[in-house]
Amino acid sequence: MGMVDPFAGVDFGQLEHSLRRPRTLMDFLLNGLVTAMTLSALVPLFSVVWMLAWRGGKRLSASVFTQLPPSAMEAGGGFGNAIVGTLVMVGFAVAFTVPVGIMTAIYLAQNRHSKLAEVVRFAAKVLTGFPSILAGVFAYGAIVLTTGGYSALAGAVALSILMLPTIVLTSEDAIRMVPSKMKEAAIGMGATPTQTVWMVLIPTAIPGILTGVMLAVARAAGETAPLLFTALFSNYWLWSHGHAQLMRPTASLAVLIYNFAGVPFENQVELAWAAALVLVLLVLAANLIGRSLSGRQVQQS
Amino acid sequence: MATQSPVAPGASSASGALFAIRPGEITQAPTRLQSFTDAAFRRLSFLFACGTILLVTFIVFRITVSALPAMRHDGLSFLTGRVWDPNTGQHGIAGEIWGTLYTSILALVIGTAFGLAAAVFLSEGYMGQAIFGILRGFHLHLHPFWSQVPDKIEDLLKQLIELLAAIPSVVYGLWGLFVVIPLIRPACNWLHLKLGWMSLFSTDLSGPGVLPAVIVLAIMILPTITAISRDALTSVPPKLRMAAYGLGATRWEAIVGVILPSASRGIFGGMVLAFGRALGETMALAMLVGNSNQISVSLFSPANTLAALLANNFPEAGPKEVGILMYAALVLLAITLIVNIIGALILQRASRGAVE
Repeated sequence: MGMVDPFAGVDFGQLEHSLRRPRTLMDFLLNGLVTAMTLSALVPLFSVVWMLAWRGGKRLSASVFTQLPPSAMEAGGGFGNAIVGTLVMVGFAVAFTVPVGIMTAIYLAQNRHSKLAEVVRFAAKVLTGFPSILAGVFAYGAIVLTTGGYSALAGAVALSILMLPTIVLTSEDAIRMVPSKMKEAAIGMGATPTQTVWMVLIPTAIPGILTGVMLAVARAAGETAPLLFTALFSNYWLWSHGHAQLMRPTASLAVLIYNFAGVPFENQVELAWAAALVLVLLVLAANLIGRSLSGRQVQQS
Repeated sequence: MATQSPVAPGASSASGALFAIRPGEITQAPTRLQSFTDAAFRRLSFLFACGTILLVTFIVFRITVSALPAMRHDGLSFLTGRVWDPNTGQHGIAGEIWGTLYTSILALVIGTAFGLAAAVFLSEGYMGQAIFGILRGFHLHLHPFWSQVPDKIEDLLKQLIELLAAIPSVVYGLWGLFVVIPLIRPACNWLHLKLGWMSLFSTDLSGPGVLPAVIVLAIMILPTITAISRDALTSVPPKLRMAAYGLGATRWEAIVGVILPSASRGIFGGMVLAFGRALGETMALAMLVGNSNQISVSLFSPANTLAALLANNFPEAGPKEVGILMYAALVLLAITLIVNIIGALILQRASRGAVE
């Protein structure tokens, strides 16, 4: 029997794992490049955090939370009214969006493959990438021009357009994640569809739905462009003359940062950094709460 | 069959009533009220779902209607005009369209390079390998606690990159003004001095300009590209990866030859979505791009974008100018809608392809 050498024609030298071989050298270099590029992508994050802590932290004190924005050349001051304005407008936006978003999500989850559901889902996805400034343009046309002035209400409407798609898409996911056993059990026990939705599906999906709401809040709180010409800005408290002035121009943290970043006064620039620190902490808190909730849901195994 | 009492968890077990069957109660058909509520609820959720579509149509409709007078007055010359002068009544947005596309394309190139690198790094087990190597050096790699560390750190890195997306754009603008511009200015002016004959470097960077805006924009779209590309890379069937390694491919031969091509559709969809986001980004650009209506390929000259134009002019606009700005908004809307729809369609087809 003539033995055939199975390794005939194989150049073993080429298979050597050594940096002297062009193949492995190329591999080594590209691995290094990818690692370096990934790490350098994180440099801006650390730089932003460092600057916020350093320049923002320097100016942060109790008085910035309780005082009104200073005018040019004036010392001291704070941005208490801007914090209130941001919270109020985001709060109203949540109140507008959550009922609509959850009802839409219920429809999508219950009629998953219907033609309408596909169109709605697609519309929501397109709305996710909708430029935030156009939400402001729309609210300007629809609210500011019809009511005759800049207002917290117009700002809240602009923000709610940006929040809606996030809430719809995450709530739909959360409702679909509810184990089908639970839904079947409810129907088997004789619950009507409405009872199944409100007493089984929604309570089980609540952590996921809240995740979506918190992520939407985090996004809306940081938005500037939609507020620039809907809520404008104000140097006064939202609450004056004994009641909330929802139909007057309203301050927000984001617009305050934008306004103060471009002025040549050191005091204002310092306040812009301090406001940026407060805003980022607010946004991160909403983000982290949202993320921590998402792990809590009972899911389909 | 429907119980009359709601099926609340724990409601029936409250007083050992679980086995106390009352025949009349359990075999009862839904009451008229319950059937009515059901029908009403179904209609209501249907209405809200239609509402989302109506909202999108209404937004487009509202902006179009407000822009109509200006469209009739200026027509298509609005898109090609290069002068924006409210005093003479001349309005053209060619400079803004150029600035929008130029900054977005440059940002997309930089953002894709870094974002894709991060996605590859996070999906091809680099971090795990590095930390596993370190742990093995200390003989800890089999320890039940320490052997979890590689996965945990990879996850942490992923979360950190996602955090980049959580920072508000106005904060990036502030950071760009006070950190990026002073940092790159000496290098830019040196380039202008030495290589000023190249059109890319034909002006000096006196403050805000294209390059700082592009850098910040690239950072802002990077998390989108990384997240979507990483999803696409991890959903490549493991068999393909193993087959490539089994044939003796090095890691990069496997990545370039097998993994990236099979994930290409998802990656491309992510790039298109990131491009859409860059086109519509407002605040960072309004603060960093210089707001000067000119068409130049120089990286250091100031420019303007559609979104920044809206942000800067809307607050002080009179009734006539609002109409013209609405026209500009409509142009921006058209560009971003087209880009976003293309991106969403590509991603939809990519995820369908993965299932089949």
